Amino acid sequence: MSRLPEKAGVVVIGAGIVGNSVACHLARLGWSEIVQIDKGPLPNPGGSTGHASNFIFPVDHSREMTALTMDSVRQYKELDVFTQSGGIEVARTEERMEELRRRMASAKAWGIEGVRLVTPAEVKELVPFIDESVIVGGFHTEGVAVVDSLRAGTLMREEAQAAGALTVVPNAEVTGIDTERGRVRRVRTADGDVETDTVVIACGVWSPLLAKMAGASIPLTPAIHQMIDIGPVPRFAGATKGIEYPIVRDMDTNMYERQDGTGLEIGSYAHRPILHDPSAIPSIEEAALSPTEFPFTEDDFALQMEHALELMPEIVGDESVGIKYAINGLLSLTPDTLPLLGETPEVGGLWSAAAVWVKEGPGVGRAVAQWMTHGESEIDLQSSDIARFYDCQKTAVHIRARASEAFNKTYGIVHPGEQWGSDRDVRLPPFHAREQALGAVFFETAGWERPHWYESNAKLVDEYGVDGRPAEWDARWWSPIINAEHLAMRDRAAIFDLSAFCLFDVAGPGAPATVQQVAMRQMDVPIGRGVYTPLLTPGGGFRSDLTIMRLGDEHFRFVTGGLHGMADLKWVADHAVDGATVTDVTSAWTTLGLWGPRARHILASLTSADVSHEGFPFARCRTIEIGPVQVLASRISYVGDLGWELHVPIEQGARLWDAVWEAGEPHGIIPAGIGVYGTTGRIEKGYRAFGFELDGEYDVVEADMAWGKVKDQDFVGKEAHVRQRSSDPAAILCTLTVDDHSSGNGVARYMLGHEPVVTRDGAPLIDAKGRRSFVTTAGMGPSVGKYILMAYLPPEHAVEGGELAVEYMTERYPVTVAVVGSRAIFDPENTRIRS
Amino acid sequence: MNILVCVKRVPLTGGKMVLTADERAIETRHLGFTISPHEECGVEEAVRMVEAGGGSVTVVTLGPPEAEEQLRDAMALGADRAILLETDGSDWDPEATAAALVEVIEGEAPDLVIFGNESADSGGFQVGIRVAHALGRPIVTGLKALAVDDGQLRCEQEVGSARDVYRVPLPAVVTVKEGINLPRYPSVPAKLRARRKPVERRTPPSRPPRLEMVRLVVPESRGRQAEVLGEGPSAAPAVVELFQRLGVA
Repeated sequence: MSRLPEKAGVVVIGAGIVGNSVACHLARLGWSEIVQIDKGPLPNPGGSTGHASNFIFPVDHSREMTALTMDSVRQYKELDVFTQSGGIEVARTEERMEELRRRMASAKAWGIEGVRLVTPAEVKELVPFIDESVIVGGFHTEGVAVVDSLRAGTLMREEAQAAGALTVVPNAEVTGIDTERGRVRRVRTADGDVETDTVVIACGVWSPLLAKMAGASIPLTPAIHQMIDIGPVPRFAGATKGIEYPIVRDMDTNMYERQDGTGLEIGSYAHRPILHDPSAIPSIEEAALSPTEFPFTEDDFALQMEHALELMPEIVGDESVGIKYAINGLLSLTPDTLPLLGETPEVGGLWSAAAVWVKEGPGVGRAVAQWMTHGESEIDLQSSDIARFYDCQKTAVHIRARASEAFNKTYGIVHPGEQWGSDRDVRLPPFHAREQALGAVFFETAGWERPHWYESNAKLVDEYGVDGRPAEWDARWWSPIINAEHLAMRDRAAIFDLSAFCLFDVAGPGAPATVQQVAMRQMDVPIGRGVYTPLLTPGGGFRSDLTIMRLGDEHFRFVTGGLHGMADLKWVADHAVDGATVTDVTSAWTTLGLWGPRARHILASLTSADVSHEGFPFARCRTIEIGPVQVLASRISYVGDLGWELHVPIEQGARLWDAVWEAGEPHGIIPAGIGVYGTTGRIEKGYRAFGFELDGEYDVVEADMAWGKVKDQDFVGKEAHVRQRSSDPAAILCTLTVDDHSSGNGVARYMLGHEPVVTRDGAPLIDAKGRRSFVTTAGMGPSVGKYILMAYLPPEHAVEGGELAVEYMTERYPVTVAVVGSRAIFDPENTRIRS
Repeated sequence: MNILVCVKRVPLTGGKMVLTADERAIETRHLGFTISPHEECGVEEAVRMVEAGGGSVTVVTLGPPEAEEQLRDAMALGADRAILLETDGSDWDPEATAAALVEVIEGEAPDLVIFGNESADSGGFQVGIRVAHALGRPIVTGLKALAVDDGQLRCEQEVGSARDVYRVPLPAVVTVKEGINLPRYPSVPAKLRARRKPVERRTPPSRPPRLEMVRLVVPESRGRQAEVLGEGPSAAPAVVELFQRLGVA
């Protein structure tokens, strides 16, 4: 008889830390008939959990990953599998010390206490077997710990089993996942089939193979992480527990050293990237150790042994301490280093919970289970949403290129603006050659090459008297040309390449109802209107913010940012009612932006259409002719100036560029990059950006975007939204300006975002929901001559003129609250846009 | 005393044995490589003898270029230098292997040559004996203890539950068995030193094999080797009974 029930409410594939946690949290949230399958035995089925080093360093520059880790810490503690040891990230260089100072800021911004910078002597006191002469300092985190992830998994499974919600079937290999009309129907195994409409793939390095069975993609690659265990260490001879000394991360050599009972484990992310194909992982029977413990390749570890010897000569240099265990362990790498969570865009009911480390496993399990249950999770998972990828980002070449590039940055000093070097030039707009000729410096978004600024505008720096940034870190991936382009746009006009927009159409008889359902704002508008609207989560948080153009009675076009476009498309498609089709037209249309006081003169010279303020008012869109090209012009602005988005079929984009350029030359038109569009232009205007100011953890009232009355029609998140409107916000999004940029050594510093906003005395600001204030966006407002920060502040601090501070590299800089809410600091009456 | 130890690169198996499609080799795509446990003990024994009495240890292998890895492993245990008789990876039969080794040993003229009792893969039990015969040296096989005593070699060979003891003059050849000692785990400094020790590469003259491998066959699995005696405290009586049967309780 089959060990599998005939049907299941949900099938969780995988019994590593992630699968166990998902199963447990689904049971807690009321799911029943959960079936968990693993091809391996229990409690260690042979995946990456089984050989993980199991330690947790909570501080990360990503808020999302830190939140998942802190939730995991809480859960591991509850399960009593948590041994706190403390941990020190040591620096061998001054550049690394600066990075550790930046970590201090992230810790404070995300609310992690018990961190401090330590001197080499203090490191020596905590870790007496270190050679402190090799290092220049360290970052000590009290809360660093080692967990028993296998035991945690067992306890979580047992809890769900005891509740009668879970059937666990080990030693059963999944052989197929059947779908019908784009949805999961059943899971096939060697032990029989189980009918289900929901499947969670939590199979670590094997996940791509499982997804493929259903016709979906989980874009990760198995990669090698080398580690050795040496011992017995005389100093650890009396060890009574697994770890008694702080874990050391030797950041500059991409390595860690940790006590493991009487041994010392040495791990590395420094060796060449060694990637494997998921289909080439040996079976459990064939594997010499476990399937994810590959034979050690010593040549790749030679330099690492030297580095370990330098740092810990007392132990590593001891001839009596032998190498007892050495493996090439498999772990999962993704194209952008982040996990792959959520329902796959290809197959309904097929969920991914993959590319997750032990440190965030339980938190991911809880968040994914919440998402499956409520349609959203407490911790916003937008950076990890598996729906974020475009097809070109799911290819083997892309995955391997980016995973290889990222691997050696595991402990790297990664600048917030840092660009990928590999697999570039994949999505090129029709303007690309012209942009190259103008000296465009390209940044990548969603695979697109976008000019961030143009070197041909270098002369504008002197013309407008723009200052540089003296600190190399602040000036990295930045140019004063951005500010000069901004001023030239405000002075004359600028043309922007907006090809990276994600565009999709909702059409058909069901279109009006679909659009009304997803958009917070009233969409029952005349044809030819453009509406900027939030899309809300069921709980009233931000799912997105975007523009919708009504092109016909039953035809709407969504215009959204490239970075989040695919997730938006899935969200809208998931909410489409009968009779509505959702079609991605991103690769059919391209967009040029034309903004500045001369924009109307330029456009008028190109078309016979009436583009006067009265003839073509703000927030209207219509098709006009420019030469032989029919252009969908939309009068809207994200940079705070008069102008239009010009949408054209992609093959006619170059012709449009040439026409606008030629007409603009007498008006002094310049090309301007995303540095203006994405930061300086918008921040002066107080415009919010999804993923910066806006996410599922903040609501419309807090973002001060609850203009007008709530529409009568139903929409996702309405109930919560109405409730939020009737109560006082826990925080309010404010615009702040920096009063003094001077650091202690007199160098002017410019923060880049994610720094903690504190009182002038350095106390963190914590709102009634426990969220800390931090800089959501930082950037120059060239037209107001101020360096501008945006941040959510608790009401008692959201007072215009209020004096606060921002912490950057452990120094405090005075700031003043310039605007409470969404009013613009530049042209608050919007005279430019509406001129 | 100068000691020469002969080792052979073999796949490090642990799971199910899989053959290549032509059934002429073990599929090694997922496997690491090692030397047999007998040979590892041979290296350890040589290193201990030199540590105690002076001299040097040279480790020799005949194999593909990648066999340098096994030579480095042996040097991490304490061997001083290595000689790689480089082949194109094809199989050499025991006769050809012995002939190639004899040439090296004649040049090196070590006091003692140590082999593992048999290789871990082909298990021919031949090369050591052929080498000794060709060199006209005495050989004692299957040793569980080895010592230099008054200029002679004292060899203990396991015979049933007893041991035969042989005394042989040097120079001599011996083959040793796992259990003669407990090899050390190499330390990190030893690993790093081994990377800097010299490996001399030579190309042995190839001889047409007289022994031809037709194909490999993986023997039928003997099935499940483990017996579950029970779970939790209720398994205790069965465990006690087993211990009593084994005479350990």
